[in-house]
Amino acid sequence: MAIEVRIPTILRTHTGGNKTVEGSGATLGALVDDIDSQHPGIKNRLVTDEGKLHRFVNVYVNDEDVRFTGALNTAVKDGDSVTILPAVAGGC
Amino acid sequence: MLRIDRATYDAIVAHAREDHPDEACGVVAGPEGSDRPERFIPMLNAARSPTFYEFDSGDLLRLYRDMDARDEVPVVVYHSHTATEARPSRTDISYASEPEAHYVLVSTREHGTRTGLAGDTVEFRSFRIVDGEVSEEDVEVVESYLFGHSPTTVVYD
Repeated sequence: MAIEVRIPTILRTHTGGNKTVEGSGATLGALVDDIDSQHPGIKNRLVTDEGKLHRFVNVYVNDEDVRFTGALNTAVKDGDSVTILPAVAGGC
Repeated sequence: MLRIDRATYDAIVAHAREDHPDEACGVVAGPEGSDRPERFIPMLNAARSPTFYEFDSGDLLRLYRDMDARDEVPVVVYHSHTATEARPSRTDISYASEPEAHYVLVSTREHGTRTGLAGDTVEFRSFRIVDGEVSEEDVEVVESYLFGHSPTTVVYD
Protein backbone atom coordinates (compact mmCIF):
# COMPACT_ATOMS: atom_id res chain seq x y z
CA MET A 1 0.00 0.00 0.00
CA ALA A 2 1.08 3.53 -0.65
CA ILE A 3 -0.40 6.98 -0.89
CA GLU A 4 -1.71 7.93 -4.30
CA VAL A 5 -1.09 11.50 -5.41
CA ARG A 6 -3.04 13.01 -8.31
CA ILE A 7 -0.93 15.40 -10.34
CA PRO A 8 -2.44 18.33 -12.28
CA THR A 9 -1.59 18.89 -15.96
CA ILE A 10 0.81 21.71 -15.22
CA LEU A 11 3.03 19.51 -13.02
CA ARG A 12 3.04 16.43 -15.24
CA THR A 13 6.25 17.59 -16.88
CA HIS A 14 7.85 16.39 -13.63
CA THR A 15 6.16 12.97 -13.68
CA GLY A 16 6.78 11.93 -17.26
CA GLY A 17 3.18 12.79 -18.11
CA ASN A 18 1.69 10.54 -15.42
CA LYS A 19 -1.57 11.67 -13.84
CA THR A 20 -0.90 9.87 -10.58
CA VAL A 21 2.22 8.94 -8.65
CA GLU A 22 2.71 7.05 -5.41
CA GLY A 23 4.73 7.85 -2.35
CA SER A 24 4.93 7.42 1.38
CA GLY A 25 5.36 9.47 4.52
CA ALA A 26 3.67 10.16 7.83
CA THR A 27 2.87 13.76 7.00
CA LEU A 28 2.08 15.62 3.82
CA GLY A 29 5.50 17.31 4.07
CA ALA A 30 7.28 13.94 4.24
CA LEU A 31 5.17 12.66 1.35
CA VAL A 32 6.13 15.68 -0.76
CA ASP A 33 9.82 15.03 0.02
CA ASP A 34 9.42 11.40 -1.03
CA ILE A 35 7.63 12.36 -4.27
CA ASP A 36 10.32 14.95 -4.97
CA SER A 37 13.06 12.33 -4.60
CA GLN A 38 11.36 10.32 -7.36
CA HIS A 39 10.32 13.32 -9.46
CA PRO A 40 12.84 16.08 -8.83
CA GLY A 41 11.55 19.62 -9.00
CA ILE A 42 7.99 18.95 -7.95
CA LYS A 43 8.50 20.15 -4.37
CA ASN A 44 9.64 23.51 -5.64
CA ARG A 45 6.31 23.94 -7.40
CA LEU A 46 4.35 23.18 -4.24
CA VAL A 47 6.36 24.59 -1.36
CA THR A 48 7.87 28.06 -0.96
CA ASP A 49 11.43 28.78 0.20
CA GLU A 50 9.93 29.49 3.62
CA GLY A 51 8.54 25.94 3.72
CA LYS A 52 4.88 26.85 3.21
CA LEU A 53 2.47 25.66 0.54
CA HIS A 54 2.26 28.03 -2.44
CA ARG A 55 -0.98 29.98 -2.53
CA PHE A 56 -1.34 29.01 -6.19
CA VAL A 57 -1.97 25.37 -5.36
CA ASN A 58 -4.64 23.57 -3.41
CA VAL A 59 -3.79 20.23 -1.83
CA TYR A 60 -6.42 17.84 -0.54
CA VAL A 61 -6.03 14.73 1.59
CA ASN A 62 -9.02 12.63 0.64
CA ASP A 63 -11.68 15.38 0.54
CA GLU A 64 -10.12 17.85 2.95
CA ASP A 65 -8.26 20.98 1.87
CA VAL A 66 -5.06 20.78 3.92
CA ARG A 67 -5.22 24.51 4.65
CA PHE A 68 -7.76 23.55 7.28
CA THR A 69 -5.98 20.46 8.60
CA GLY A 70 -2.43 21.62 9.32
CA ALA A 71 -1.02 22.22 5.83
CA LEU A 72 2.26 20.30 5.38
CA ASN A 73 1.92 18.88 8.91
CA THR A 74 -1.30 17.10 7.97
CA ALA A 75 -1.04 13.40 8.88
CA VAL A 76 -1.30 10.95 5.99
CA LYS A 77 -1.33 7.17 5.88
CA ASP A 78 -1.31 4.31 3.41
CA GLY A 79 -4.48 4.20 1.38
CA ASP A 80 -5.06 7.95 1.53
CA SER A 81 -5.56 9.80 -1.69
CA VAL A 82 -3.89 13.17 -2.17
CA THR A 83 -5.05 15.55 -4.88
CA ILE A 84 -3.09 18.58 -6.06
CA LEU A 85 -4.97 21.22 -8.02
CA PRO A 86 -3.92 24.65 -9.21
CA ALA A 87 -6.07 27.37 -7.70
CA VAL A 88 -8.36 29.01 -10.24
CA ALA A 89 -8.31 32.68 -9.39
CA GLY A 90 -7.36 36.10 -10.65
CA GLY A 91 -8.47 39.65 -10.68
CA CYS A 92 -8.35 42.88 -12.58
CA MET B 1 -8.24 30.02 -32.19
CA LEU B 2 -11.20 29.50 -29.91
CA ARG B 3 -14.23 28.00 -31.62
CA ILE B 4 -17.32 28.25 -29.47
CA ASP B 5 -21.01 27.77 -30.11
CA ARG B 6 -23.46 30.63 -29.82
CA ALA B 7 -25.37 29.20 -26.86
CA THR B 8 -22.23 28.82 -24.74
CA TYR B 9 -20.96 32.26 -25.76
CA ASP B 10 -24.30 33.77 -24.76
CA ALA B 11 -24.29 31.87 -21.46
CA ILE B 12 -20.86 33.26 -20.53
CA VAL B 13 -21.97 36.81 -21.39
CA ALA B 14 -25.21 36.34 -19.45
CA HIS B 15 -23.29 35.13 -16.40
CA ALA B 16 -21.00 38.18 -16.56
CA ARG B 17 -24.05 40.47 -16.79
CA GLU B 18 -25.79 38.72 -13.93
CA ASP B 19 -22.87 38.99 -11.50
CA HIS B 20 -21.86 42.53 -12.51
CA PRO B 21 -20.39 44.51 -10.72
CA ASP B 22 -18.74 41.46 -9.12
CA GLU B 23 -16.50 39.32 -11.29
CA ALA B 24 -18.13 36.18 -12.70
CA CYS B 25 -16.13 33.02 -13.36
CA GLY B 26 -16.50 29.51 -14.67
CA VAL B 27 -15.34 26.77 -16.97
CA VAL B 28 -16.48 25.17 -20.20
CA ALA B 29 -15.37 21.56 -20.13
CA GLY B 30 -14.80 19.33 -23.12
CA PRO B 31 -13.43 15.90 -23.97
CA GLU B 32 -9.69 15.62 -23.38
CA GLY B 33 -7.78 16.36 -26.58
CA SER B 34 -10.85 17.64 -28.44
CA ASP B 35 -10.42 21.40 -27.87
CA ARG B 36 -14.24 21.57 -27.97
CA PRO B 37 -15.89 23.62 -25.24
CA GLU B 38 -19.07 21.64 -24.65
CA ARG B 39 -20.25 21.70 -21.06
CA PHE B 40 -20.87 25.13 -19.56
CA ILE B 41 -20.17 25.17 -15.81
CA PRO B 42 -20.71 28.55 -14.12
CA MET B 43 -18.82 28.70 -10.84
CA LEU B 44 -19.40 30.74 -7.72
CA ASN B 45 -16.89 33.53 -7.21
CA ALA B 46 -15.95 32.72 -3.61
CA ALA B 47 -14.34 36.17 -3.33
CA ARG B 48 -17.62 37.90 -4.37
CA SER B 49 -15.54 40.85 -5.39
CA PRO B 50 -15.48 43.41 -8.21
CA THR B 51 -11.69 43.08 -8.41
CA PHE B 52 -10.94 39.42 -7.69
CA TYR B 53 -12.30 35.99 -8.44
CA GLU B 54 -11.58 32.64 -6.91
CA PHE B 55 -13.18 29.20 -7.15
CA ASP B 56 -14.08 27.87 -3.71
CA SER B 57 -11.62 25.11 -2.84
CA GLY B 58 -14.34 22.50 -2.27
CA ASP B 59 -16.05 23.46 -5.54
CA LEU B 60 -12.70 23.19 -7.31
CA LEU B 61 -12.14 19.64 -6.05
CA ARG B 62 -15.67 18.56 -7.07
CA LEU B 63 -15.28 20.20 -10.48
CA TYR B 64 -12.02 18.40 -11.26
CA ARG B 65 -13.29 15.05 -9.91
CA ASP B 66 -16.34 15.38 -12.11
CA MET B 67 -14.29 16.30 -15.19
CA ASP B 68 -11.87 13.42 -14.51
CA ALA B 69 -14.76 10.98 -14.29
CA ARG B 70 -15.99 12.17 -17.69
CA ASP B 71 -12.50 12.32 -19.27
CA GLU B 72 -12.91 16.05 -19.66
CA VAL B 73 -10.55 18.97 -19.31
CA PRO B 74 -11.27 22.68 -18.81
CA VAL B 75 -11.24 23.80 -22.45
CA VAL B 76 -12.29 27.33 -21.50
CA VAL B 77 -11.62 29.12 -18.20
CA TYR B 78 -13.57 32.37 -18.18
CA HIS B 79 -13.99 35.34 -15.90
CA SER B 80 -15.19 38.90 -16.19
CA HIS B 81 -13.58 42.23 -15.56
CA THR B 82 -16.21 44.69 -14.48
CA ALA B 83 -14.25 47.95 -14.57
CA THR B 84 -11.28 47.22 -16.81
CA GLU B 85 -10.65 45.88 -20.30
CA ALA B 86 -10.96 42.23 -21.30
CA ARG B 87 -7.26 41.40 -21.00
CA PRO B 88 -5.52 39.15 -18.48
CA SER B 89 -4.19 41.17 -15.55
CA ARG B 90 -0.90 40.49 -13.84
CA THR B 91 -2.79 38.56 -11.17
CA ASP B 92 -4.61 36.53 -13.82
CA ILE B 93 -1.30 35.61 -15.44
CA SER B 94 0.34 34.63 -12.16
CA TYR B 95 -2.50 32.21 -11.38
CA ALA B 96 -2.96 30.81 -14.89
CA SER B 97 -1.98 27.15 -14.79
CA GLU B 98 -3.84 25.40 -17.58
CA PRO B 99 -1.52 25.75 -20.58
CA GLU B 100 -4.02 23.95 -22.82
CA ALA B 101 -6.97 26.14 -21.87
CA HIS B 102 -8.46 29.14 -23.62
CA TYR B 103 -8.61 31.94 -21.07
CA VAL B 104 -11.72 33.94 -21.92
CA LEU B 105 -12.01 37.47 -20.56
CA VAL B 106 -15.31 39.27 -20.69
CA SER B 107 -15.55 42.93 -19.81
CA THR B 108 -18.70 44.63 -18.59
CA ARG B 109 -16.89 47.91 -17.90
CA GLU B 110 -19.39 49.91 -19.98
CA HIS B 111 -22.20 48.88 -17.67
CA GLY B 112 -21.64 51.14 -14.67
CA THR B 113 -23.81 50.21 -11.73
CA ARG B 114 -26.57 48.73 -13.89
CA THR B 115 -26.39 46.12 -16.56
CA GLY B 116 -28.77 45.04 -19.29
CA LEU B 117 -29.42 48.54 -20.64
CA ALA B 118 -29.64 49.10 -24.36
CA GLY B 119 -26.25 49.49 -25.97
CA ASP B 120 -24.13 48.22 -23.08
CA THR B 121 -21.64 46.21 -25.01
CA VAL B 122 -19.71 43.27 -23.66
CA GLU B 123 -16.16 42.62 -24.79
CA PHE B 124 -15.33 38.94 -25.29
CA ARG B 125 -11.71 37.99 -25.92
CA SER B 126 -9.66 34.82 -25.66
CA PHE B 127 -6.05 34.24 -24.70
CA ARG B 128 -3.51 31.50 -24.20
CA ILE B 129 -1.37 31.86 -21.11
CA VAL B 130 1.67 29.59 -21.10
CA ASP B 131 4.58 30.03 -18.68
CA GLY B 132 3.49 33.59 -17.99
CA GLU B 133 3.37 34.46 -21.71
CA VAL B 134 0.05 35.80 -22.98
CA SER B 135 -1.08 35.57 -26.58
CA GLU B 136 -4.46 36.68 -27.83
CA GLU B 137 -6.30 34.45 -30.28
CA ASP B 138 -9.28 34.81 -32.59
CA VAL B 139 -12.73 33.80 -31.42
CA GLU B 140 -15.04 32.12 -33.88
CA VAL B 141 -18.66 31.81 -32.80
CA VAL B 142 -20.48 29.04 -34.62
CA GLU B 143 -24.25 29.17 -34.67
CA SER B 144 -24.91 25.55 -33.98
CA TYR B 145 -22.35 23.12 -32.80
CA LEU B 146 -23.38 19.49 -32.85
CA PHE B 147 -21.93 18.37 -29.60
CA GLY B 148 -20.26 15.05 -29.21
CA HIS B 149 -23.20 12.76 -28.64
CA SER B 150 -22.10 10.70 -31.59
CA PRO B 151 -18.59 11.95 -32.27
CA THR B 152 -17.76 9.36 -34.88
CA THR B 153 -20.45 10.70 -37.18
CA VAL B 154 -19.90 14.41 -36.66
CA VAL B 155 -17.34 16.15 -38.84
CA TYR B 156 -16.37 19.59 -37.63
CA ASP B 157 -13.94 20.73 -40.29
